[in-house]
Amino acid sequence: MPKLAENYEKLPREIRRRIVRMVFRSQTSHIGSALSVVDILTVLYFKILSIDPKNPQAEDRDRFILSKGHSCAALYATLALRGFFSEEILESYCQDDGRLPGHATMHCVPGVEVSTGSLGHGLAIGSGMAIAAKRANQKYRVFALLSDGECDEGSVWEAAMFAGHHKLDNLTAVIDRNRIQAFGSTDQVLDLEPLADKWTAFGWAVRKIDGHDYVQIEETLADVPFEPKKPSAIIAQTIKGKGVSFMENKLAWHYKSPNAEQLAQALAELGDIE
Amino acid sequence: MRIAFIKTLCELAERNDQIWLLTGDLGYSVLEQFANRFPDRYLNVGVAEANMIGIAAGLALSGRVPFVYSIVPFVTMRCFEQVRLDVCYQNLNVKLIGVGGGLCYGTAGASHHSLEDVAITRALPNMTVVCPGDPIETQAAIRASASRTGPVYVRLGRSREPVVHPSPPEFRIGTGITIYGGNDITIIATGNLLASAKSVADELNVRSIATRLISMHTVKPIDKDLILKAAQETRAVFTIEEHSVIGGLGSAVAEVLAENGTRKVLFRRLAIPDAYFQEVGSQEYLRHKAGLSVGQITEYISNIVRQRK
Repeated sequence: MPKLAENYEKLPREIRRRIVRMVFRSQTSHIGSALSVVDILTVLYFKILSIDPKNPQAEDRDRFILSKGHSCAALYATLALRGFFSEEILESYCQDDGRLPGHATMHCVPGVEVSTGSLGHGLAIGSGMAIAAKRANQKYRVFALLSDGECDEGSVWEAAMFAGHHKLDNLTAVIDRNRIQAFGSTDQVLDLEPLADKWTAFGWAVRKIDGHDYVQIEETLADVPFEPKKPSAIIAQTIKGKGVSFMENKLAWHYKSPNAEQLAQALAELGDIE
Repeated sequence: MRIAFIKTLCELAERNDQIWLLTGDLGYSVLEQFANRFPDRYLNVGVAEANMIGIAAGLALSGRVPFVYSIVPFVTMRCFEQVRLDVCYQNLNVKLIGVGGGLCYGTAGASHHSLEDVAITRALPNMTVVCPGDPIETQAAIRASASRTGPVYVRLGRSREPVVHPSPPEFRIGTGITIYGGNDITIIATGNLLASAKSVADELNVRSIATRLISMHTVKPIDKDLILKAAQETRAVFTIEEHSVIGGLGSAVAEVLAENGTRKVLFRRLAIPDAYFQEVGSQEYLRHKAGLSVGQITEYISNIVRQRK
C-alpha cells in the first residue's frame, strides 16, 4: 500500500482525473456527486479499510457500502487504483457492453460490496452486516457513505434508529454534506438541519469534519468508534464538484457532462501528471 | 400454518446455525419459541419493514440465512423496493414469510388483505413464490425454501387451516401435487383455498364430473408440464386462488396455456375480482362475496361443464 501522507496530493487528483474522463466518455450525469466524495474514498481505501485486493471476499475484511450509488465513478476509479481490477475496465463505464453501470453494482467488478442506486438502502444493509459481526464476535467493521439529500429518505432513519438501539459501534456512517440535491440546496428542498443533532438523538456519536481535509478525515476515521456502544456518524462538509473550478458548488453538474473543451480545462486544473 | 412454520423453522435452526428470524414486530405468541431458543439469531426490528429487508440483505451478504416474517402486505408491498433491489437484484439468500395471505384478516379491511402480492413477487427475477395449501405443505415448503439458495417468498395462511393431505406428499418447489387424478376437468388451486378446492372436487366427483385436483403450491417457477398435461387430458381447466384475478396463479396458468396449448381447452380463473372490498366481514363472508365459497365454485364449474357437454 502506498504511504498516504506523500500521496495525499497525488491520489485524489488521479482519481478525479479518471472520473472526469469516464464521465466525458460516457456523457452521463452525477460528476459533481462523484468529485464530492473522492477525498473520503481515498482515505478509506488507502488508509483505513482492512481490505486485500487479492482476496476481495476475505471473511474478516472491512465492508464499505456506497449508499449514494450514483457516485460510483469515484468508487470504481478508487478501486482500480487500489488494485482491485485493471484500469482499462474504467473505460467501459456506462458504455454499451461495458462492465461498469452508472450506479454501484456488486459482482460487476471485485470490491463493490453492495448494489445501490436507490437512495436510503445502504445503511440498513450495513446494519445487517454489522449486527451479524456483533452477534458472532467477528471483528470486521462496516462503513457506509450517504449523501445528505439521501437523508430525506425515511429508511435512513429506520436504520439509524436500529443501529443506535443495537449499539452497533462497528458501524460508521459518513454523510457527504455538499448541501446540494437534485433541485437545489438541501436547505430549500427539505431542510436537514440540525443534522448532527438528529444523528445524536438517534443514539449515534457524531463528529463534523472538513470532507476535503485528508488529515482530518484520516484522524476522524481512525478514531471510530467515537464512543463505545454507539455507532459513529461523520458529517463531512464537502463541495459538490470539488477539484474542478467551474463545477464546484454548481447544481448543473449534477446532470451535465463535460464537452471536449471542458474536459481539457478540468484535466489541466487537475494537473496532467501521470 | 403459522404454527407449522415456526415449528419447522426451529427444527431447521437447530441443525443450521446460520438461520435467523426477523420480524417487524408481528407474530406475538407465535415466534417466541424461536426467540427463546435462539436469541442470538432473532431480531424484532420494530415497525420498520424497509429497514428489516435491508438488514436481512446485510445478513445474507454475511453468510446468514434470514427468514423475514410479517403480515403479507408489510413484508411484500411496504418494502417492495428493498425486496427488488437488496434481495432479488443481488440474488441473496433471504426468505420472506408472509402470514395472512388473501383474506385471512378479512375483518381488518383492505390494509391487511393481500390480493396483489403474488402478482408483484412473481414479476421479480430470481424470486421463487410458494403458497402452501395446508400445514403439511407449509412444513415442506419451509424446509424446501431453507435448502434452496436464493430469494423465496412463502405465502402462508393464518391459523387452524384444515389438513388437506392425509400423509405428507412428495414436495418439490416448482412441481405441482396431483391430489385427484380425474379425466373430465382439472382444478388447479394454490394457497389457502386448497381445502375449499378439495371440497369442490369431492362434490363434483359425486356429481359424476371426474375432477383432477392439482395443488400448485409453487406459482413461480410454474409447473408447465403438469398444466399442459391437464390441458391435454381433460376438457376444462379452472384455477382457484385467494388473490386478485390479475397476476396470480390464474395468470401464470393462462400464460402457459396461451403459449403452449396444443388444443382448445375451456379455461376459467376463479379469483378475487379487480376491486377493493367495500363490504366488511370475515374471510368466509368475503369469500362468499367474491363468489369463492365452496358452494358457489361448485355450482359455477358444474354449470359451465354441463353447458359445454
